[in-house]
Amino acid sequence: MSLSGLFLLIFLALHLALNFAALFSRELYESVCEFMDTNLLVQIMVPVLAAGFIIHILFSMFVEFKNWTARPRAIAYRVPNKSKALGWESKYMFVLGVIIVGFLVLHLVNFWAKMQLQHFIGGEPENAYDLLIALFKNPYYCAAYIVWFAALYFHVSHGFWSAFQSIGVSNSKWLPRLQFLAKIYAAVIFLGFSAVPLCVLSGLCG
Amino acid sequence: MKFTLKVWRQKNAKAKGRFETYRIDGISPDTSFLEMLDILNNNLIREGKEPIAFDHDCREGICGICSLYINGRPHGPDDEITTCQLHCRKFKDGDVITVEPWRSAAFPVVKDLVVDRNAFDKILQAGGFISTTGIAPDANLIQIPKADAEEAMDASACIGCGACVAACKNGSAMLFVAARVSALAKLPQGRPEAARRAKAMVAKMDELGFGACSNTGACEAECPKGVSIAHIARLNREFLLAKIQD
Ligand code: SF4
Ligand code: FES
Repeated sequence: MSLSGLFLLIFLALHLALNFAALFSRELYESVCEFMDTNLLVQIMVPVLAAGFIIHILFSMFVEFKNWTARPRAIAYRVPNKSKALGWESKYMFVLGVIIVGFLVLHLVNFWAKMQLQHFIGGEPENAYDLLIALFKNPYYCAAYIVWFAALYFHVSHGFWSAFQSIGVSNSKWLPRLQFLAKIYAAVIFLGFSAVPLCVLSGLCG
Repeated sequence: MKFTLKVWRQKNAKAKGRFETYRIDGISPDTSFLEMLDILNNNLIREGKEPIAFDHDCREGICGICSLYINGRPHGPDDEITTCQLHCRKFKDGDVITVEPWRSAAFPVVKDLVVDRNAFDKILQAGGFISTTGIAPDANLIQIPKADAEEAMDASACIGCGACVAACKNGSAMLFVAARVSALAKLPQGRPEAARRAKAMVAKMDELGFGACSNTGACEAECPKGVSIAHIARLNREFLLAKIQD
């Protein structure tokens, strides 16, 4: 789970970098999309990425189930567990994950299915930039998009350092540093991904 | 001080349990929580009722046998103490206090508030030791860097109480196992068996039905000895390296 998580974190950073092209100009964004549709390495990485998501999701379901069985059921506990955790998000990673997957499906249907998928199945892709502008001009869609990345912010702010901890790449010195870096990384992802819809909505670009 | 106690009562491992409410009065704020339960038990015996069963031994935070989930927290509302070190002054006069057994499927209730923590012994038997042959060498012959000795000692502070498991939403025993693995892995005497130990103890922990660690840190927050989750990173490292070597 930690390895697939780290892999997905790298993907997020790459995706974010490509998104920024849309902030500059139509031409730049279209050429980036063109590159993503034709580059051989990208074509190879698409199924690998999908596998990364699937492994991450299946593994989390397995772990969640195992942990559910480790909880006591014979006793009707009255007081909810008040033990302090490192952050509420650490206790709700699975719930956050479900929210993220929900929006991910929406995102894939709205963007990917009309763009890159069309190249794979030999269909006619829509103009990526027009599609982007049209969707983000809708304030409700923008709001949903930002809620999505807010959920991702919390998921990443725990997942980032937690992944390093789980593969043993941490110690008493690095633990607080990684926790700090996690917050930074999560904030960059959140602000970065929110920038495009906000710019389009406010008319700064498009 | 006076309190209303809601206590989990369960005749034996198989019986269905329930909460019972007791009222107690005239308690000095300096009474320890367990002494307060002793007083309550004396009252119950006087009334011809069955006293409440709870684990206790040293009553000075060393043995690790006392447990109890008090108002939703293992070892009650204070940090870095065991239940036996908790005092009534931590509560307000007239408080309603809920006392429940440790929370974990791997620690089943034996009676009332007593849970079976044999699972920890089984994990220790799987690898929490050093095998020696021949005579013990002179201790001063083995030089250990101060930092390593300190870290090993911090991990050795674990008293095996199980609060980490009880606090964890996943019922994971990672902090306990990490403390034991880390304490020995940091010392030269423990190195020869380090790989085998990490694998055996983790395998035993999984087999006994403890959950998987998702790094919520609740264990560290509730550990009476302040064992750090940094030790969990070392356990993961020892375990993965051992697996890769296989
Ligand atoms: S790690 Fe802490 S909470 Fe867990 S058994 Fe040891 S002393 Fe108790
Ligand atoms: S009774 Fe020994 S630690 Fe509490």
